[in-house]
Amino acid sequence: MSSLTKISVSPHIHSGRSTAGIMRDVLISLVPAAVAGTVIFGWTALLPIAVCIIACVGFEALFNLIVKKEQTVSDLSAAVTGLLLALNLPANIPLWQCVVGSLFAIVVVKCLFGGIGGNLVNPAITARVFMLVAFGEMAVSAFPVDAVAGATPLSAAKLPSLLDLFLGNYGGAIGETCTLALLLGFIYLLVRRVITWHIPTVFIGTVFLFTFFYVGFDAVEALSLTMAGGVFLGAIFMATDYVTSPSTAWGKVIFALGAGLLTCLIRYFGVYPEGVSFAILFMNILTPYINQWTRHKVFAGGVKA
Amino acid sequence: MAFHLHGIHTPHRKNTAKAPTVRMSAPKIVTIPMAMHIGAPAIPTVKVGDTVKIGQKIGEAAGKVSSPVFASISGKVTKLTDYVLTSGAQTAAVVIESDGEMAICESLCAHEVSDRTSLIEALRESGIVGLGGAGFPTHVKLDVDPARIDYLVINGAECEPYITSDTVTMLTRGEDIAYALRALARALGIKRVVFGIENNKKEAIEAMKKMAASIGECEVTVKALPALYPQGGEKVLVYHTTGRKIGMGKLPIDVGCVVLNCTTLAAIGTYLSSGMPLTEKCVTVEGGAVKQPQNVIVPIGTSLADLFDFCGGLTEEPDKIIYGGPMMGITVQSPDCAVLKNTNAVLALTKKEAKLPKTTACIRCGSCVNTCPFGLAPIAIAEAHDKGDTEALKALSVDMCMECGCCSFVCPANRPLVQINKLSKQLLREERMKEEKKA
Repeated sequence: MSSLTKISVSPHIHSGRSTAGIMRDVLISLVPAAVAGTVIFGWTALLPIAVCIIACVGFEALFNLIVKKEQTVSDLSAAVTGLLLALNLPANIPLWQCVVGSLFAIVVVKCLFGGIGGNLVNPAITARVFMLVAFGEMAVSAFPVDAVAGATPLSAAKLPSLLDLFLGNYGGAIGETCTLALLLGFIYLLVRRVITWHIPTVFIGTVFLFTFFYVGFDAVEALSLTMAGGVFLGAIFMATDYVTSPSTAWGKVIFALGAGLLTCLIRYFGVYPEGVSFAILFMNILTPYINQWTRHKVFAGGVKA
Repeated sequence: MAFHLHGIHTPHRKNTAKAPTVRMSAPKIVTIPMAMHIGAPAIPTVKVGDTVKIGQKIGEAAGKVSSPVFASISGKVTKLTDYVLTSGAQTAAVVIESDGEMAICESLCAHEVSDRTSLIEALRESGIVGLGGAGFPTHVKLDVDPARIDYLVINGAECEPYITSDTVTMLTRGEDIAYALRALARALGIKRVVFGIENNKKEAIEAMKKMAASIGECEVTVKALPALYPQGGEKVLVYHTTGRKIGMGKLPIDVGCVVLNCTTLAAIGTYLSSGMPLTEKCVTVEGGAVKQPQNVIVPIGTSLADLFDFCGGLTEEPDKIIYGGPMMGITVQSPDCAVLKNTNAVLALTKKEAKLPKTTACIRCGSCVNTCPFGLAPIAIAEAHDKGDTEALKALSVDMCMECGCCSFVCPANRPLVQINKLSKQLLREERMKEEKKA
């Protein structure tokens, strides 16, 4: 009994939350979108999903092996990146492009910046933008709604019905069309307290309001345009990435407001038909500054002694 | 108050609250260290071979900020020895072997106090220090201009998991508490007293309300606090009971408050009414390795090993033994260590209970930032600390950190955030010392 016991600093207990647990929740929250995509676009949609996940996890494992870093794939963040990337791609994308995109996401955007937590921008988003620039046509086919519109105002006549938009019964990327599935994932993330409401709500709300004014106060058309394209997928799952979004409530609001505005500006006034990815990427870069601007007030003003 | 500071929902694990409190039979031997308080260690006043009785002084206070030490059992002084504190520092200690009598010193008598001077004079000889854990000598804390005191705030929050000794004290020592309140009100002219008790301790709240109704000398109110750790933090408690904010580097008295722990208050009552100084403590003995978790009234200086034996022994070799709660408690290096004046709980945690997740990379989830009761940004403090950037640390108000550990508790990467805050405060302290030397 007189043996020495372990000495350590407090606290001696922990909440039990873990990075892997959070990532597992994100994976679960994306299951409805993946299932919906498979139903809508056929079983071939499972191929890019499988290839992206395997490639992302594989590249991270390989990178850690080569640079002799501790293995990190068990934190599931690479799997999340893979799944998110796949859900942002069309079902008929050549699989070699998936591999190249995954390589870019994991190695260039994440691992070279120090691995999980070190990246400045969201790996899946950045890889999507990279693929859009590199493989042009293939990726653009993921934006059927806006592609026809060009620089002219979008016409409601060319949009699917509200019900089709809600159920995802139209062309687009695997995971972005079914609004219902994305909302289910959103609710799951809120219930599990993985994310807060701020970013998705403000992001989607901003896009809706901007569009509402832009199309001349037509609520139905504004709603259609908000549901079409990647706004829900981006706002709920990509813009809420911990590493690349602000931590405080006000920071999140500013981030989401900026992303929503940029999405609309690019969509309606830019040369690209879809702006969600660019908007999030740009706000990712501003995140360290937003974090500095929106720090919590210290209790009692933190007045110096 | 509709708005309250952030905090965390820790597991409560207050299993001992309902179990009867038992008085420990006289241990064969006690080792009483001379440094059980903040300030200068006491100086032993007994020699080997002296016989002592309970309540007899065995260590004299050394200076103003110090506290005398008293025998907790009757018997013979067998050794004056060195004792290693949890901080690693060494101090003198008096070893007393019991004669089995538990005889009480005859010269103890009640103390009538009428004003501040007589109160402080009396408390100086009580050996009472902050029993919530801080161990700051109570006679020093109360030695303030009575005109500055608007509120006497009584800490009955007991927000740490496992610990129930304060609750038990409030339930069983209402008379001592009332006696102390009357004396303090008379001597210091205190008009308002507020108890802060977490709302999951309904019985304690009721007991204190009943006690409050019997006091005519001052207005005593009981405030139910949300059961959200860390309600017992001094600045948090004062804010939630009085609405007053204590700034960085400031003390409660700077906003007109004096804070005492409820057990400290009971000890004051006992001492003033009977003359019995602080010689025993109600200690929550808990943790998965303890066979019979319960609250035990135990003589100060009793070894933790004896205390565990009294509680039926240990079911397995504990991984960690802790003074206090699991959130802010301090690990003890050996079961040979003693129950001190400010020990309110002793936990023997099993390997399974004490297991912490692996530390991984920060994922910037912001949990720490959104949990800190004071709105600090542990993530930014950690970055500044890594760079040794003291200017940034100052700008981030790291000195405000009360080391409650909420940030570390919620961190999904289990990063040592509160530890980095402590190191950052140390860094600033060192810098201040250097500057003072230069000046």
